[in-house]
Amino acid sequence: MIRVHDLHKAFGPKHVLAGVSFEVARGESLVVIGGSGTGKSVLLKCLLGLEFPDRGAVEIAGLTGPRPHDLAAHVGMLFQGAALFDSLPVWQNVAFRLMRGPARMGRIEARAAALEKLARVGMSPESAELYPAELSGGMQKRVGLARAIAGEPPILFFDEPTAGLDPILAAVINALIREIVTEMGATAITITHDMRTLRDVADRVAMLHEGRFYWQGSAAEALESDDPVLAQFVQGRIDGPIPTLR
Amino acid sequence: MRSGLALLGATGRSVAVGFGAVGRFVAFAALALSHLVRPPFYGRELALQMVQIGWLSLPVVGLTALFTGGALALQIYAGSARFSAEFAVPSITAIGMVRELGPVLGGLMVAARVASSIAAEIGTMRVSEQIDALRTLATDPMKYLVAPRIVAATLAMPVLVAVGDAIGILGGYWVGVSRLGFDGPTYLRNTVDFLEFWDVASGLVKGAVFGFLVALCGCFCGMHSGRGAQGVGEATKTAVVLASILILSANYLLTEAFFSA
Repeated sequence: MIRVHDLHKAFGPKHVLAGVSFEVARGESLVVIGGSGTGKSVLLKCLLGLEFPDRGAVEIAGLTGPRPHDLAAHVGMLFQGAALFDSLPVWQNVAFRLMRGPARMGRIEARAAALEKLARVGMSPESAELYPAELSGGMQKRVGLARAIAGEPPILFFDEPTAGLDPILAAVINALIREIVTEMGATAITITHDMRTLRDVADRVAMLHEGRFYWQGSAAEALESDDPVLAQFVQGRIDGPIPTLR
Repeated sequence: MRSGLALLGATGRSVAVGFGAVGRFVAFAALALSHLVRPPFYGRELALQMVQIGWLSLPVVGLTALFTGGALALQIYAGSARFSAEFAVPSITAIGMVRELGPVLGGLMVAARVASSIAAEIGTMRVSEQIDALRTLATDPMKYLVAPRIVAATLAMPVLVAVGDAIGILGGYWVGVSRLGFDGPTYLRNTVDFLEFWDVASGLVKGAVFGFLVALCGCFCGMHSGRGAQGVGEATKTAVVLASILILSANYLLTEAFFSA
């Protein structure tokens, strides 16, 4: 379903991705972990066609070297800050894709579909008319999640889904992601450095380190690994092979 | 010798950066123009921008024109009195308003209000990943954000200029009658008799060009905004400065084209 081969991306002299290769099978949930600035978000943007890799190949849902426009029917994306459109009320954010394009729905039908997705992520119908600025961070994440699943895409990407949320709300979002991925049978890639997300969401874990997938395995293996780099990251230790600024 | 080379190098780098920026701006303008004529078209966005750019700019353009028309009548009266040519106040005030001050001051006021607003809005959308989100939802930001703003500004600006011209002439009339002792009907007759179609039309054409430039500068600076609040602030400032400079230079070129002997 998703194949990435030898992906390279540099910004000036900084080689963010230096030969990333992996595959994600249909229905599998891959969680990518790694320190801040290691290129996790850049990797997602290369997969989505929002950044052009310098070298390497990406194949998603049978599309090679895809562009965002081609992927829209296949991929739903939850951005780190939710990236809701400020000028539109909540339900129009969720129904944005449904109301545009060749297979667009009428306004009433699209609103009904949006309310259904909002209910799925625990949002009340009353919230549908609010604007994003009127929502808390957690509610914005829920709306972003509803927008990602609105077109029922077979592939879902999540960029730091719990960033900026309190632990309880983070657990709620993690649980929602796991439930939705399972019930939709979706293939998912989640970028995070939240170990709770790793435990709750992952079928498989990959660690991005020094521009490559340094380690891959199950969530349980990741949490119990004695690999010095992985263990330092998972346990949040200051001392270890990963350099830290103090 | 070494400092001379360093200075030469720094100058060369600045020139290269400047040419690079001009190239990006021209390429962006060409891309924007190409998106104006290719579907899909977002009618609702266009209508919304017509209100934002046109309707909501009316007060600022109207007030600017009113006071400018009044001040212009006073200045022309003071100057023409030296040659006993006070009778020329209505006609010169009207010609000055419709040919130059209406479009230019209206354009500058709209640049301050609209270019800044467009740059800040699109810049914020860029740094908060809303533009990336648009792309992942199969929506081209050039069509959804840029094209409606450029079309709306290009269509709305001549209307704003026309309204501004009328209010400016009214300002001159008000000062002429109440402060300078002109007879009201005579002032109006002199205004109408001496104004020609091309005086008004040239101002409206200028308005359309200025509207295009204002929206283009706002969109360009917003789409190329740097990160964070500082990046958006810089984009907003650059949009206003760039739009103002382009309006003034385009005004000179258009005036040369329309009225040079």
